[in-house]
Amino acid sequence: MANEERKKILEVEHLAMHFSTGRGKKKSVVKAINDVSFHVYESETFGLVGESGCGKTTTGRALIRLYNPTSGSVKFDGRELTGPMTNDLRKYITSNMGMIFQDPIDSLNPRFTIREIISEGLKIRGIKDEKELDDRVYEMLDKVGLTKEHATRYPHEFSGGQRQRIGIARTIITRPRLVIADEPVSALDVSIQAQVINLLNELKEEMGLTIIFIAHDLSVVKYFSDRIGVMYYGKLVEVADSEELYKHPIHPYTRALLSAVPQPNPLTERKRVRLVYEPEKAHDYSKEQPQMTEVFPGHFVYASPSEVEAYRKEFADRL
Amino acid sequence: MAEKNDIILEVKDLHVSFKSYAGYVRAVRGVNFTLHKGETIAIVGESGSGKSVSVKTIMGILSKNAVIDSGEVLYDGMDLTKVDEKVFHTLRGKRIGLIFQDPLSALNPIMKIGKQITEVLILEQKMNKEDAKKKAIELMRAVGIPQPEVRFDQYPFQFSGGMRQRIVIAIALASDPEILICDEPTTALDVTVQSRILELINKIKEERNLSVIFITHDLGVVANMADRVYVMYAGKVVEFGESEEIFFEPAHPYTWALLSSMPDLETKDEKLMAIPGTPPNMVYPPKGDAFAARNQYAMQIDFEEEPPFFKISDTHYAATWLLHPDAPETPMPEQLSQRIKRMKEEG
Ligand SMILES: Nc1ncnc2c1ncn2[C@@H]1O[C@H](COP(=O)(O)OP(=O)(O)OP(=O)(O)O)[C@@H](O)[C@H]1O
Ligand SMILES: Nc1ncnc2c1ncn2[C@@H]1O[C@H](COP(=O)(O)OP(=O)(O)OP(=O)(O)O)[C@@H](O)[C@H]1O
Ligand SMILES: [Mg+2]
Ligand SMILES: [Mg+2]
Repeated sequence: MANEERKKILEVEHLAMHFSTGRGKKKSVVKAINDVSFHVYESETFGLVGESGCGKTTTGRALIRLYNPTSGSVKFDGRELTGPMTNDLRKYITSNMGMIFQDPIDSLNPRFTIREIISEGLKIRGIKDEKELDDRVYEMLDKVGLTKEHATRYPHEFSGGQRQRIGIARTIITRPRLVIADEPVSALDVSIQAQVINLLNELKEEMGLTIIFIAHDLSVVKYFSDRIGVMYYGKLVEVADSEELYKHPIHPYTRALLSAVPQPNPLTERKRVRLVYEPEKAHDYSKEQPQMTEVFPGHFVYASPSEVEAYRKEFADRL
Repeated sequence: MAEKNDIILEVKDLHVSFKSYAGYVRAVRGVNFTLHKGETIAIVGESGSGKSVSVKTIMGILSKNAVIDSGEVLYDGMDLTKVDEKVFHTLRGKRIGLIFQDPLSALNPIMKIGKQITEVLILEQKMNKEDAKKKAIELMRAVGIPQPEVRFDQYPFQFSGGMRQRIVIAIALASDPEILICDEPTTALDVTVQSRILELINKIKEERNLSVIFITHDLGVVANMADRVYVMYAGKVVEFGESEEIFFEPAHPYTWALLSSMPDLETKDEKLMAIPGTPPNMVYPPKGDAFAARNQYAMQIDFEEEPPFFKISDTHYAATWLLHPDAPETPMPEQLSQRIKRMKEEG
């Protein structure tokens, strides 16, 4: 489908999230994210990659207002999510958006049974009928590949992969339209990762979910996402269709990142040429400021006007 | 390829167990491998398959509840399963370098980073203080620590996890070891930093004819580093061979599953081949081929009798009944053979 015809379910503009730490003289500001702009189409999977500490989790948390963004705008289905928090806005956010957390062990309350954990979102939404709650929980357990019998057990009785399934069930039981999955497989053994990735893919098909998939493993993100955003030090530097990004990376950081991903192929690995990204050398932003620019249709790069011109020239044969 | 006579380390029929309240955990159940001078072997396999326990045995750093049931670790005319701690003191961190998963425990929290490196250089390389400092800063730069002159005088807590891991690597390299054992040394690092460190290890290997044992679950890293690969499952080696043999002609169903379970950058719409079920309980290791219960190609005999190693080439062996002359012809999964074809074309 051509991008123009698709509905933008999430629109993020110049989002910034700064944390202040320390007091008095020691006070300093961490610009965890700074000038992040992108949009997500309905029913697509949008991957967010970047190195540890570049601001992926912060972005996810700011989107669903677990943090109060310093500046910028986030619109879900046209409605602005930044600004003063009201009961109505909180309700709007929780009923439309959900988050699967990075650590499957820390994020489940050890004193609650699986039934209590999974049904929590429904109870908050005012569903009290025990029979209905049971039915919905069992249906969810079945969906994520667990059984009814698991409902009365506690988190510590499950393996990492099973706990991650419980986390997924808890998030999707309220049928959110957008799910932010923060490194849902990073903590799992390789053999279990594939189970969880396949499950997310099935749920996406079945429920028409829109997913923001955060990870640092580029191969997994590429496999799972329709489009990908690349972050570097609090900024989003490139957004494109996943095939396009991988075949024609434009921003020098994306090129460096792709050149560093080890591939399970001894023939190509031995010939690998790794590119190095040094921001000071790669860009001269003393005269022109960079901003997110659509360099090719659907392919956005954080660049200055003269860089944009140079990129277009470099890929001239593609126009 | 390495000659028979330049074997530097040999592990023979190693069995290691742990006494635990759940019972006697049979962590390593008959592991064999050889390491030649100047080669890198990779050990891959599922979490809990006994990779770390195997290399901890080599270094004499098993926990107190561990029991070496039987087996030998031959190095420089000694059997390391029988030598005492005094001998290990002359080997560990000196002739055999170590880089572990958890960098926190490897550094002294109250000693400046620079001193932790120069100490090794002064003691082991008999350098004077000045040269040691120069060399240490050079090593810090080589592992990608920005502003090493400033960082030299800082303490571990002032470093991020990834930076601490790079210091551990710098220390291991400072002593100029004969063998370097790396247990998931780059798992916590970003790919750009990781590839830099792998390049560094490869360079030192070339320059000094270093032998490396590399444990990782990242098959991309294996492809990058390894001359030969050992695949472990449930406390045993199930397949080993040269890197190309393991990646392009895998023979054990567990190796098939491992190779197909993760996407590479070329994987598109196909469903990933997940390995069903969970790893076996090692207090009661299953009879026969331990992978049988999760193996869609399992035959009756897999549940009854343990498969011996079948020879595929002079360098490539796999322990699976599928290689028995009487076994039905079983090709690897179509999805995997497609992927291998594609990889060969790219190469
Ligand atoms: N609550 C906070 N207070 C202060 N600084 C913070 C806070 N949360 C995050 N940061 C800082 O913001 C930056 C981005 O952190 P974030 O957790 O978003 O990174 P990430 O991309 O998710 O990394 P990872 O891949 O390691 O999970 C880091 O420098 C981090 O130290
Ligand atoms: N101190 C210990 N006490 C009891 N059991 C142990 C101990 N250390 C390891 N084990 C058990 O020995 C087996 C092998 O563990 P090992 O650490 O070698 O796995 P591994 O292959 O390195 O896995 P990973 O990829 O997760 O690091 C596991 O079943 C583990 O639970
Ligand atoms: Mg994060
Ligand atoms: Mg281990």
